[in-house]
Amino acid sequence: MLNVNGQDKEVDADPATPILWVVREKLKMPGTKFGCGIAQCGACTVHLDGKPIRSCSTPISAAAGKALTTIEGIASEDGTLHKVQQAWIEAQVPQCGYCQSGQIMAAAALLKSNPKPTDAQIDSAMAGNVCRCGMYGRIRSAIKTAAGIEQPSKVEA
Amino acid sequence: MGKWSRRAFIGAGVAAGGALVVGIAVRPGNPTDKLKPSVASGDGEQLVNSWVKIAPDNTVTAIVPHAEMGQGAHSVLAQMLADELDADWDKIEILEAPGLPDYAGADIVRDFLAPTLQVPNILEPTVQGGFLTLADMMSIGFTGGSFSIRGAGQRSIRMAGAAARQMLIAAAADKWGVAAEEITTADSLLNHQPSGQSGTYGEFAEAAAEQSLPVKPKRKAINEYKLMGKPIPRKDIPSKVDGTASFGIDVEVEGMKYAAVKAPPVIGASVEKINATTAKSMPGVLQILNMGNFVAVIADGYWRAQQALSTIEATYSVTEADTLDTEAIFARYAAALDEAGKDGGDFETEDGDAIGAMAEAAKTLKAEYRAPFLAHATMEPMNCTAQVTDDRCDLWLGSQNPLGMRREVADALGMDEDSVHVENQYLGGGFGRRSYTDVPIMAARLAKAAGYPIKMIWSREEDTAQDYFRPSATSRFEAGLDADGKLISWDNIHVHLFDPSEAPKIDHYAVANKLIRKVDVPMHLRFGAWRSVDHSQQAWFVESFIDEVAAESGKDPLALRQELLANEPRLLTVLNKAAEMADWGGSMPEGHGRGIALVPGFGSIVAQVAEVDMTGKKPHVTKVYCCTDVGFAMNPDGVIAQMESAIVYGLTAALYGDITVKDGAVQQSNFHDYPMLRIDEMPEVEVALINGDPERIGGAGEPGLPPIAPAVTNAIFAATGKRIRELPIAKHDFAGSET
Repeated sequence: MLNVNGQDKEVDADPATPILWVVREKLKMPGTKFGCGIAQCGACTVHLDGKPIRSCSTPISAAAGKALTTIEGIASEDGTLHKVQQAWIEAQVPQCGYCQSGQIMAAAALLKSNPKPTDAQIDSAMAGNVCRCGMYGRIRSAIKTAAGIEQPSKVEA
Repeated sequence: MGKWSRRAFIGAGVAAGGALVVGIAVRPGNPTDKLKPSVASGDGEQLVNSWVKIAPDNTVTAIVPHAEMGQGAHSVLAQMLADELDADWDKIEILEAPGLPDYAGADIVRDFLAPTLQVPNILEPTVQGGFLTLADMMSIGFTGGSFSIRGAGQRSIRMAGAAARQMLIAAAADKWGVAAEEITTADSLLNHQPSGQSGTYGEFAEAAAEQSLPVKPKRKAINEYKLMGKPIPRKDIPSKVDGTASFGIDVEVEGMKYAAVKAPPVIGASVEKINATTAKSMPGVLQILNMGNFVAVIADGYWRAQQALSTIEATYSVTEADTLDTEAIFARYAAALDEAGKDGGDFETEDGDAIGAMAEAAKTLKAEYRAPFLAHATMEPMNCTAQVTDDRCDLWLGSQNPLGMRREVADALGMDEDSVHVENQYLGGGFGRRSYTDVPIMAARLAKAAGYPIKMIWSREEDTAQDYFRPSATSRFEAGLDADGKLISWDNIHVHLFDPSEAPKIDHYAVANKLIRKVDVPMHLRFGAWRSVDHSQQAWFVESFIDEVAAESGKDPLALRQELLANEPRLLTVLNKAAEMADWGGSMPEGHGRGIALVPGFGSIVAQVAEVDMTGKKPHVTKVYCCTDVGFAMNPDGVIAQMESAIVYGLTAALYGDITVKDGAVQQSNFHDYPMLRIDEMPEVEVALINGDPERIGGAGEPGLPPIAPAVTNAIFAATGKRIRELPIAKHDFAGSET
């Protein structure tokens, strides 16, 4: 029995199966992405009891008795997007978008544990998440927006 | 505008004389009848022409002929269409054109290629190593070369929007019995002020389809733009923050199983024997297949397939490449360059008398540079879902080249091309990698062998080692300076890379005597287009050596470039703007440095200044100032995003990118040994845009990449006096550095 995004789900899987593949293939929630399989890129980031974990390298057995949250479960029940998701749209963060579920889950976990992170804390919390489209500048900016941290306006032609 | 010659008009897919206008209009006997089922759902929808669809509920669908891989083409093309059509942006929907030849952009591609008569390698069916004929090109629709906006957007989509608007107006004029000139349009509505009549586009869609096709629809002048040139938020982004965007890897097909695959470590080898004793008995395993050029395990889940695959032992055929390593490859390059000597190889530029001028120069300098192989490392590993029956093959994947895939999969299966259907998905990164047809061919063969639908996913390790690599290269330079320190001779010979052919040229720099040559050297790794293609290596070679010339002649690197750009005002403006943004010449702390580079390419111009801090254990790029002139930025925020993205992609490669070969096999496997730039090393990036020539729009996806590597290595030189002549930068030790 698993608790995923607030709902109890019955899942038949080897206990050693990584959470990633259970979520994607058994629960048919494909928002969580496969990137590297060895916890090096962060594309598979989900929350276990509110803490960010790499679901590609965490067995489903580790989720027993805990609350698992995926990208599909962080908006409010009424559909209002999480403040991190809203900030992501405002800053137009995603390009290809493939890493963004993981980025958003990592950022949401950061702001939950540290509502006003410093630049260094943002970098440290997000350094496990690779974005090949290179949207790190926008990610930094969007996290600050979501945290309500004031930023100088961008220089622009 | 007035630049639409009849040839360009037809080349854009518009036939004069009542046949086709920018794609295909709905009318009896028109080829659109064939296309209609694939893009129109019935229910009274009318296909006004192939690039726009208007529903009775007034929804306007932009049918875009390009893949979305993060570059924003879907949304910006729709923005261009909506503007010309005067459509309500909030009601615009986007549909990617189906992978059918009728939607191919070959005319557009050909038009762009005409000046050089060069077929981009990206379009070659590389598995066969053959060259495309013009006829082949006609059936290719691809996304690459930073072409989407300047190609389909400028030449087809805008025309389609303008044509559709004109036809809607004509339909309303007929019905209301008024003059078309009196009808105005805005927000998907038609208005006739004098009579007070109005109607939606949806109401007139059917009647519009019966109108005669405008031969030469008038595109808006720049002062009439409402959406073009504005930083309109992209339509695909909401789905990319809530997990609902569907990438190739997310496709679900009834009854599908999962395949994990492993190809021989030496590319080109075949699988001889496999020992799958353990794998066979593992849970969930359905089939184990030796496919000749790869091994596959099919299971009821991907992880189980991968676990079983990892237990299989395989032997591979012996190949000529088995003894090759990186040094041997570079030794081959050196031997070929040596053999070419002073006058061998293929001539690319021959202006004046470089060799004669060199002999008379007061001072000469030489340098040799090396650039490594690189993998693409898209975030979404290669994957494809395939279903094959006796008479039909369906493929689901993210592709830059759906039509090429369709043809080559048909060949591989011995099927008719019309029987292969590609459902393109969002691409989790492309960068050139998703142009190649190896992945869908593997998936189709597997699905055929298995007898049920297969989702094949490559591990990151396969994705890294089985890439179509950015080629490595060596480039040698000699420069001659006269007694006043003026650059009078430029002699460059390099290993032939890929395309475009202008990449090694320096036509923009005023040097009286230039000789640029290339030599062909066979490379055993399969190589492919990698974001910005040859510009990625050549710009680093050229802009590094220009910097060496500046140092040798005692000139400031900016001043030398300004001198050489005396006849290039547009490039000079871009260069000067980047320098101004960076406060070029302003003081910097000890151990810090600034470097500059300027690269024209893909119809655009980009200059960058990088600042480095060399006081730590490794080089730290702190700031990048970027100025670009893409002619006209259709979506300024989109262009800025592309510059930011290209800077990171190029900086990652400059700092770390290194695919090496040992015993014929690629040594890197995953992000631990093929490292990526991460947020904690991200420089601050400032981008300025100049709309230098709205009549000549350039690309945006690639041109931001080439300047970053030389800007950074030039900055390292400025800070330390150490000249980097071999990438990546991580290879070099900077403790107490001095050359």
